Amino acid sequence: MTAPLLSALQQRFAPYVRSLQEYRGQLTAVIQREGLVAIAQHLKTDPALAFDFLMDLTAVDYLKFGKTQRSAPTLKTPSPLPYYMTPKPVAETWNRQVQHDEQRFDVVYHFFSSHYHHRLRLRVPLAAADPSVPTLTSLWAGANWFEREVYDMFGITFTGHPDLRRLLMYPEFEGHPLRKDYPIDRRQPLLGPNV
Amino acid sequence: MAVADTSKLSWMTTRVDAALGWARKFSIFQYPFVTACCGMEYMATATSHYDMDRFGAGFPRFSPRQADVLFVVGTISHKMAPVLRRVYDQMAEPKWVVAFGVCTCTGGFYNNYATVQGIDTIMPVDVYIPGCPPRPENVLDGLIKLQEKIGQGQQATEPPGAAIRPAHLLASHRVASHL
Repeated sequence: MTAPLLSALQQRFAPYVRSLQEYRGQLTAVIQREGLVAIAQHLKTDPALAFDFLMDLTAVDYLKFGKTQRSAPTLKTPSPLPYYMTPKPVAETWNRQVQHDEQRFDVVYHFFSSHYHHRLRLRVPLAAADPSVPTLTSLWAGANWFEREVYDMFGITFTGHPDLRRLLMYPEFEGHPLRKDYPIDRRQPLLGPNV
Repeated sequence: MAVADTSKLSWMTTRVDAALGWARKFSIFQYPFVTACCGMEYMATATSHYDMDRFGAGFPRFSPRQADVLFVVGTISHKMAPVLRRVYDQMAEPKWVVAFGVCTCTGGFYNNYATVQGIDTIMPVDVYIPGCPPRPENVLDGLIKLQEKIGQGQQATEPPGAAIRPAHLLASHRVASHL
C-alpha cells in the first residue's frame, strides 16, 4: 500500500518519521525537525530519489484547527442562528498525530525530481513555544526567499539562514499577519489613517 | 437654429481661466500608476477600439514631472502607499487624481492587513471610477467627468478619506512617517 519511496524513507530514518501518508498518489511524510536536514540531504543527493527542485515551502498555523467554528451573527440573522450557521465542530480531515497547542505550526516542503518526475511533501510540526527549523538554503538556494516569506508571515525562524529579514511586509510591521491570532482587523499603515 | 459665423470675426473675448480650463481638459497628460488587473481594462481603453485619444488623453507620460493626471490603477498596499504619495507630490500643479477600480476607491474586497482602504485616505482624489475592473465605457465616462472638472477649474486638495469614513475605523495610530 505504501509507496516504495515512503517505505524506504521509513526504513532509513525511522526515529524521525512520525507518520506517512499516501492520498491519490500524493506522498506525505510527517517528520521531526531534528531529522529535517539529514532527510533533505538524502532526498537531494540519493541518485534513486534525486529531488533537485524545491517547489514550495510554506507553513500552516493550526491554532484554531479542529475547534468549534462560529459564524458571527449579523443584523439579518440575529440569534438564534439558522441551522446552517449553528456552531459545529470541524472534523479533522487527516490525522496529524499531534496536539494543537504543543504542535501549533507545520512547515511544509514540496519536492520535485526533474529526472524521475516524482514528488514528495514533508511536513514538520513545530511547537508554539519554539517555532524554528534549520534552514535548507545550503541545499536548495531557492529556499532563501521561501523561508523569508514564511518568517514574515508566520514568525517561524530558520536557524542558519544567511539573511532572515521580512520579504513582503515592511520592516516597521509588527507581528506576523498569517498567524491565526493576528487580529483580522488590525491595520498598520505607513501613511494616512488607520483604516 | 442659426449658428453665428465666427470665421469672419477677427477677435473674441473670454476669461483667462476658462480658456486655460478648455485647453487643459483636451490635453491630459496622464501618469498611469498601474499595479494590478485593472491595468488590462486601462490598456483596453487606450486601444483604437475605445480610443482615449479622442479626449486628448492618449499620451501617457511615465514621469510625474510631465503629468497632469495621476491614474491610480489597481490595488495599493500599505507598503506601496509611500511610493504613490511621493509620485503625487512630485507632480507639478495643477494636478488631478483618478481612482481607477474599486481597490483604489475603497480597498474593494481586500479588507485585510496589507491593503490601503481607498487611496483617498492618503491623497486627494478627483474622480472615482468603480468596477472590478471597470469597463472601458465606464472609464471614458469617468474621463469625461474629469474633463468637466478640469474645464471648470476644480481640483481636489484634501484627502477626504478620513472624513467620509466611520469614526470607529479611525485611530491616531501610525507606524512611521515615510516622507
